[in-house]
Amino acid sequence: MTTKFPYKHLLGLRGMPRETIELILDTARAMKEVHSRKVKKVPTLRGKIVVNLFYEPSTRTRTSFELAAKRLSADTVGISTTTSSVVKGESLLDTAHTLRVMGADIIIMRHSSSGAPHLLAENLNISIINAGDGINEHPTQGLLDLFTIREHKGQIQGLTVTIAGDIRHSRVARSNMWGLLTLGAKVRMVGPPTLVPKYVRDLGVEVYTDFDKAIDGADVINLLRIQKERMTANFFPNLREYNRLYGMSSERLANAKPGVLIMHPGPINRGVEISSEVADSPSSVILEQVTNGIAVRMAVLYLLVTGQRERSTEEGASSFLWEAES
Amino acid sequence: MNTKRTLLMSPEDIDRTLHRVAHEIAEKSSVQPPPALVGLKTRGDILATRLKRILEDILGAPLDNGALDIGLYRDDVEISDSIRELRSTDVDFDVDERRIILVDDVLYTGRTIRAALNGLFDLGRPQRVELVVLIDRGHRELPIRPDYVGREVKTRSDERIDVRLREMDGEDGVFLVSHTD
Repeated sequence: MTTKFPYKHLLGLRGMPRETIELILDTARAMKEVHSRKVKKVPTLRGKIVVNLFYEPSTRTRTSFELAAKRLSADTVGISTTTSSVVKGESLLDTAHTLRVMGADIIIMRHSSSGAPHLLAENLNISIINAGDGINEHPTQGLLDLFTIREHKGQIQGLTVTIAGDIRHSRVARSNMWGLLTLGAKVRMVGPPTLVPKYVRDLGVEVYTDFDKAIDGADVINLLRIQKERMTANFFPNLREYNRLYGMSSERLANAKPGVLIMHPGPINRGVEISSEVADSPSSVILEQVTNGIAVRMAVLYLLVTGQRERSTEEGASSFLWEAES
Repeated sequence: MNTKRTLLMSPEDIDRTLHRVAHEIAEKSSVQPPPALVGLKTRGDILATRLKRILEDILGAPLDNGALDIGLYRDDVEISDSIRELRSTDVDFDVDERRIILVDDVLYTGRTIRAALNGLFDLGRPQRVELVVLIDRGHRELPIRPDYVGREVKTRSDERIDVRLREMDGEDGVFLVSHTD
């Protein structure tokens, strides 16, 4: 059985067709099996060079990509910008071109500016994976959330998913939203009014300010971290008040729909957006998300590399498209 | 250009062949430990399940069986024209020190079996590995030979063997598909 994956890059879930998302999730299911083996390594990407180029701190995403590449037998190189030529003033494109001529096949990139990976994708003839760009998208996080939900609930279509917290600064929220809407879920967003952008209503998202109403009847609750590092103004009075109004507590969990999934992209701030009891409760799939992340990233690496030849005949690149947010 | 389909094996032929192969495996089992069957997706696993049932009747003991997907072990991931859909490997028993019988529908270049051996050895270290194929169509590119063969068929490389199994295709039958001008 053969299939099509006409993308050279993974820049975002916005505009990605349903079949493509489902192909990635199905491929990830096969990859997850490798994780349960004694030898957690397959030879598929032998000889390929995968570069992690991270301009922002990251533990899980970077480690997850590195393990995913290693499990597929690719060689990996990690560039940390604090110890590289970036501190000597080298531009992003110059750094990337240097990595390309050293033989990189795929660059995985995180950057604080929205659109930075798109700039590389337009200028370099190698595959670029967006590992988080500013407040725009974090597509592999969105995919691993979809994968985790699908594994527990069977399908995404028809589910109600509440995304709570700092929506404005969250690329995770945006990737989740695009993916969930494409796969037919009902998406609710809730948080302090200052942290929920208005435009999401136009995309078919239900916006709440009352957390208890927003989680009533939801099948999945995805809690986001307050991103203090991206806040340039005071968006809410203080963390204690935030916790009272929007924190996921045991009482709130008790009132939620039976079987509700509690998700969090991490790192979690216990006592702020989620209580310790909820984070460690049986409803929480937070650690499973981390495990699934490796399988999903293996799937993306596999599809980007193996799809190369068919792309040489028909150059399709619609996951390329990206527009600046107003 | 027309295609010609020639029947190579009827449903009864397939059934009779599987019984014969099962008896050959069982015969060796007097000197070998009980076998475990591992079929290659997506038709070898069906044949392995059928063989397992027949063998269990003959040996009077339950046997392990599993399915192997070799997508991650192929040597043509970059030269093939499209992506092969991956399916999960499903071997839920320990293969260490076991006598493993690999089962596939058609043996051709031998590359699939090379990939399957690599995949199998990533799961553990079997004591020995034997190979069952329903059809051996020749044209080997690697030093691989089957231990049990349903039928040897002389083919040209532009011909195709179409194996149909009722669990997947709704009917049993093996056909040789060739193009005629």
